[in-house]
Amino acid sequence: MEQNFTKQEYQKYVQSKSPNSPILKNIVMAFLIGGAICTVGQGISNFFKARGLSMEQVAGATSITMIFIGAFLTGLNIYDAIAKHAGAGTIVPITGFANSIVSPAMEFKSEGYVLGVGAKMFVIAGPVLVYGTTASIIFGLIYFFMKS
Amino acid sequence: MSAAKKIGTQTIQFQFPPSIISTASIVGKKEGEGPLKNYFDYVLDDLHWGEKTWEKAESKMLKEAISKAIEKANKNVNEIDYIFAGDLLNQCIGATFGIRDLGIPFFGLFGACSTMSLSLSIAAMVIDGGYADYAVAATSSHFCSAERQFRFPLEYGGQRPPTSQWTVTGAGAVVLSSQGTGPYITHVTVGKIVDLGIKDVNNMGAAMAPAAVDTIYTHFNDTGFIPDDYDLIITGDLAKVGKEIAEDMLKDKNIDISNKYTDCGIKIFESEVQDTHAGGSGCGCSAVVLAGYLYKEMLKGNLNKILFVATGALMSPTSSQQGESIPAIAHAVTIQRTLG
Repeated sequence: MEQNFTKQEYQKYVQSKSPNSPILKNIVMAFLIGGAICTVGQGISNFFKARGLSMEQVAGATSITMIFIGAFLTGLNIYDAIAKHAGAGTIVPITGFANSIVSPAMEFKSEGYVLGVGAKMFVIAGPVLVYGTTASIIFGLIYFFMKS
Repeated sequence: MSAAKKIGTQTIQFQFPPSIISTASIVGKKEGEGPLKNYFDYVLDDLHWGEKTWEKAESKMLKEAISKAIEKANKNVNEIDYIFAGDLLNQCIGATFGIRDLGIPFFGLFGACSTMSLSLSIAAMVIDGGYADYAVAATSSHFCSAERQFRFPLEYGGQRPPTSQWTVTGAGAVVLSSQGTGPYITHVTVGKIVDLGIKDVNNMGAAMAPAAVDTIYTHFNDTGFIPDDYDLIITGDLAKVGKEIAEDMLKDKNIDISNKYTDCGIKIFESEVQDTHAGGSGCGCSAVVLAGYLYKEMLKGNLNKILFVATGALMSPTSSQQGESIPAIAHAVTIQRTLG
C-alpha cells in the first residue's frame, strides 16, 4: 500500500471521524448524580449530628456510612450501572473510592484471597493512595514550616 | 522453483479449495438478544455457564463449539487431523484449556481478533497441501475475561467513550474438509502488520482500519477481482468508526466497496439499543458471525461469494501502559458457495 497518511495525518483524520463524548450531557449527569450522593451524605451527617456526635465523630461516621453504601451497591452490581451515566459524579465522592477497591476485590477473588483479592484490591485505588498520601505529606510540611 | 499456489504479493489461490462442511456457534446472552440471534446454535443464559471463573466459561464455550461442529459434520473426534485455534487471553488459555481433553493434534495461534481468518487460512492451506482431510478452525472471546485482562473489573464504575467497543462473548468453530460440497475457501490474502500510530485502546476500530485497507487493497491487486465479484465484503471488528475509515481509505485508492461492505462488529449488536457504543469486538465477534450468520446465509443461497476479513489489534496491556501504539493485522479469506 502506498502510504497515503503519515501517522500524524492519520491521527488527525481519526479524530475528525471519531464521535466525541457527549460532554454537556456528561457534565449535567455528573452534577445531578454526584450532587445527589453528596446530599445523601449531608443527610447522614445531619442525622449523626442530631444524635449528639461531636463534629469529628460526625465526619468519621458519615465517611464510614458512605463507604459502606458504595461497597454495598458495588456488591449488588448497582454502582457501575449508576456510574455509566454519572461518570465523575460517582468517581469523585468517597463512594467511588469504595467502588474502586471493592470491584477488583470481587473480580480477582478467582485468583484466591492472597494473590487475587489481597494483591489486586488496590490496583485502581493504589495510585490514588500513594499520590494522595504523598501530596498531603508535602503540603503538611509546607504548612508546618510556614507556620513556624 | 516458484510457489505454484501463490499469486501476487500476499495471496494464496488454492488448487484444491477446501470445503466448509459444518460450523457451530455459541454466544452470550447479549449477543443472543441481538439482530443475529436466530443464527446461533446456543445462547448462554449465564455468562459463567456453571463454571467458577470467566476463563473456564470461555474454554467451555470453545470446547462445546468445536464438539458441536464436529458432531454436525457427522465426524468422530479422532477423524479430525488438526485443530487451529487461539483466543485473546494470556498464553491463549481459552483455547488450550478448552481443547485439552479432546485429544486432537493442535496448532495454537495468536492473531488477536483476527484469529478466525488466521485459523481458517492455515487450516485451508494444510488441507490444500494434502496434510489433512479434516481440520477445525476455531476461536473464542468472553466479555468478562477480556474486561478483566484488558480493562477494568466488571463492577468498576467507569464510563466508555463512544468509540469504544464491546467484546463479544462467543465461540465459533468451522470444520474444513478436502471433500465436500461447499462453501469453499478459494483464496487467502495474508495480512501484514500495519501501525499508523493510534494509541487509544478505546478506539480499536481506528487502529485496525488501515490493516484491513491494506489487506483488502492487496487482495484485489493480487487476484484481479473487483468489489462487484463479491456479494459481501465483511471485516471482523472495525465497528462503526473503523468501518467508515476503511471505506474512505479504500475510496481514496479508487476501490469503492461501500455498497458491498459491512462489519461483523456492526452486524452482531444493535448498538443504540444494546449500549455497545461503536459495536462488537473480540475474536468471538467475527467467529460467530461467520459460523452463524454468514455460513447459514451461504447455504441458503443468499450469499454466493464473500470476502471475510477478520481484523486484529496486536497490543497487550503491558504495551499500552508503556505508551506503545497499536499494531494491527487483517487476513482476507474468499469463501465461495460453488466453484467455477
